[in-house]
Amino acid sequence: MMLEQKAFLSGNEAVAAAVRLARPHVIAAYPITPQTTVIERLAEMVEEQSLKAEYLHVESEHSALSACIGASAVGARTFTASSSQGLLYMAECLHYASGGRFPVVMMNANRSLALPWNIYGDQRDSLSLLDCGWIQAYAEDAQESFDLIIQAYAIAEHPDVLTPMMINLDGFVITHTYELVSLPAQQDVDAFLPPFQTTNKMDLDHPMSLGFTAGPAFNQSFKQLQHLAMMAAVTVIDEVEARFRQFFGRHYPGLLETMHCNDAEFILVTLGSVAGTVRPVIEKLRSLGERVGFVRIRYMRPFPDAEIRKALAGSKAVGVLEKDISFGFEGTVFTNVNSALMRTKVVPPRLRNFIGGLGGKDIAAADIEQIFERMKSTDDGESVEFI
Amino acid sequence: MNHPIRQNSFKPPKDLAEYPVGTAFPSGHLVETNASWRSHRPIIDALRCSKCLICWLLCPDGVIHSSKQGGLEIDYDYCKGCGICARECRQKAVTMEKEGL
Amino acid sequence: MGNRTEKKISIRELSDREYFYGHKACPGCGGSLALRLALKVLGERSYAVVPAGCMSAVSFIFPQMAFTCNAIISTFPGTASMLSGVAAGARALGIKDFHAVGFAGDGGTADIGLQALSGAIDRHDKIIYICYDNEAYMNTGVQKSGLTPLGARTTTSPAGKRLRGAFTQKKPMFEIVAAHGIDYAATASVGYPMDYLRKLEYASRVEGTSYIHVFAPCPVGWGYETAETIALAKNAVDCGLWYLAEFSDGKFTLNHNPGEFSSLRDYLFGQSRFIHLQEEDVNTIISERDAKWANIHRAWRFS
Repeated sequence: MMLEQKAFLSGNEAVAAAVRLARPHVIAAYPITPQTTVIERLAEMVEEQSLKAEYLHVESEHSALSACIGASAVGARTFTASSSQGLLYMAECLHYASGGRFPVVMMNANRSLALPWNIYGDQRDSLSLLDCGWIQAYAEDAQESFDLIIQAYAIAEHPDVLTPMMINLDGFVITHTYELVSLPAQQDVDAFLPPFQTTNKMDLDHPMSLGFTAGPAFNQSFKQLQHLAMMAAVTVIDEVEARFRQFFGRHYPGLLETMHCNDAEFILVTLGSVAGTVRPVIEKLRSLGERVGFVRIRYMRPFPDAEIRKALAGSKAVGVLEKDISFGFEGTVFTNVNSALMRTKVVPPRLRNFIGGLGGKDIAAADIEQIFERMKSTDDGESVEFI
Repeated sequence: MNHPIRQNSFKPPKDLAEYPVGTAFPSGHLVETNASWRSHRPIIDALRCSKCLICWLLCPDGVIHSSKQGGLEIDYDYCKGCGICARECRQKAVTMEKEGL
Repeated sequence: MGNRTEKKISIRELSDREYFYGHKACPGCGGSLALRLALKVLGERSYAVVPAGCMSAVSFIFPQMAFTCNAIISTFPGTASMLSGVAAGARALGIKDFHAVGFAGDGGTADIGLQALSGAIDRHDKIIYICYDNEAYMNTGVQKSGLTPLGARTTTSPAGKRLRGAFTQKKPMFEIVAAHGIDYAATASVGYPMDYLRKLEYASRVEGTSYIHVFAPCPVGWGYETAETIALAKNAVDCGLWYLAEFSDGKFTLNHNPGEFSSLRDYLFGQSRFIHLQEEDVNTIISERDAKWANIHRAWRFS
């Protein structure tokens, strides 16, 4: 393995750097804050020819993903990026790509969905699309964003998976803040990521018909296969991470990351960049003798239901902190966590759902401490607590 | 053959393992015919036919073919009996006859 | 037409291979003929992109696949964007000598597909976009589209006491794509098949974006005997309601000047979608036609 370079990059720039190393054939994307700097960097790389890809200036997000699907359908490796309104504009194409089993890789800058209008980060956009059949990962920082892009192609293109993958970066908090990122050499990424091969494509030597209709007799089986492929991704993710560690030295813990859960009474579950605020609070509370723990969900799809059960077993109270709300009920992450827990006979006595950070509202260390206080409290409380 | 024919031996998938990956399947695969759509079938009178090929050109289903004998023949598996061939033939060489006669 | 040479197509030179066979289109469907003929010219190294609509609904019903070349269904708005992706992907993979050709209906082109088409033309993507115009959303049951002509009865523009069918003109798609400065555009009709074939052959050699708008009558939606499709498609041109023209190098060229128009009334009242028209409606249609032709005579070259 060649020596890695280090560069001071924003989350978006790290994504662009990783995309270049992954060698996509076709990039089609439409600008939307806070994704824009990804596609701007990619355009510069194409201009200077450090990235040899077809770069399509599409006229909408729907066209961006539609073009990527078209390119994937002839066997090309593709990349697109979007956020909030744009992600929703391409929503029909999200289902199209996953149902068609096209392994498109997309970066999504998590941003609040209008109305009201708001360009700052929350996770309502991607979490409202958990059912669209895409693998969904949530990064904590720029390095993880970079690494997830490289891993994404290996996961998505695996013949047992063939499922598109979305890498989520919190808007502005990750996309636009800078940190030191290790960049592997092109030849090492080439060795890690072989060229995209698939039989699921149009082929001038073997004409194929793609994107067909399947009626009531057959349709459900196609959907079941799609579900099984997403489940197969769990094993593939483990394999890819193990291989990634061999190649590049960085270790990732799979679908979720745990901190001090073995003996924790009170466990906070969350995803994305807020983990950076949670960790010091955990350390502080533990130094005061409190048995607190933390789970950072890295993949919302496939959902780590077994891992959640294992991590939260034996705790007295669980708090799920998320930057979304499914109006009229509760937060979607909470719904997923709760459902996973209900499959065991032993469920933590108290489960609390905390909604915060909507529209970029700041979540401070004091808020996290308050959340742990709420977890300790034995009152019934509201089903959903806005912080 | 310049056109696909019905696959008699195709068995629809039953187990998940028999399903194609993605929504991708070989092109030119036919399992049903359209013959039952017809109420009338075109008959080409070889003696009147000048082989101008207008009927062949204008058939929306492409079911008129050159026969080995040098004339034109119709693939009645896929002819829907629309009557365009009879309507457009300059030689009045094509007539539409009621099915079942 | 610039310095690209024209090639006359003769029927006997056409391939006898069928690329669109065993489909479930209605008997006498003009759209299916337009598609079948296009692929005969473009050949086996074609990637066909077909959006939700009649042509895809009748030809990709698992396990019956009526295309014999490579083909894919796109989303309804996404014909042109998927075409752009197919062309870009094939190019990036080093695949040569192929055609990326789309077959979209009037609704999928002038309405929901217009944005993506505009983008593809703007990018000069090397694609061939064919709009088969049956003047309504036929696949979903004959609803009014942006290309439904004045007075036509559809299920969403019914003919009653107050409103007599569609009350807007067809969107001028040919002129719209021309206004983009498209590399090549043409209007055609399945009633003038040799002209259509010539234009397909020309488009196959354009290094850029081509658009062919082919008039394709629909027996079910328009209400006429299935055998009359070709005759009707010819009459539409002969009575001046449709025209055969090309746009290239910034210039419009009329390919066929009917001279004295054939009977517009015969054309209209041969279809049940127009039988409710009053005399004043027919006069409106005639004067709109005449105004358009006055513009054509004034501004277009004649070939």
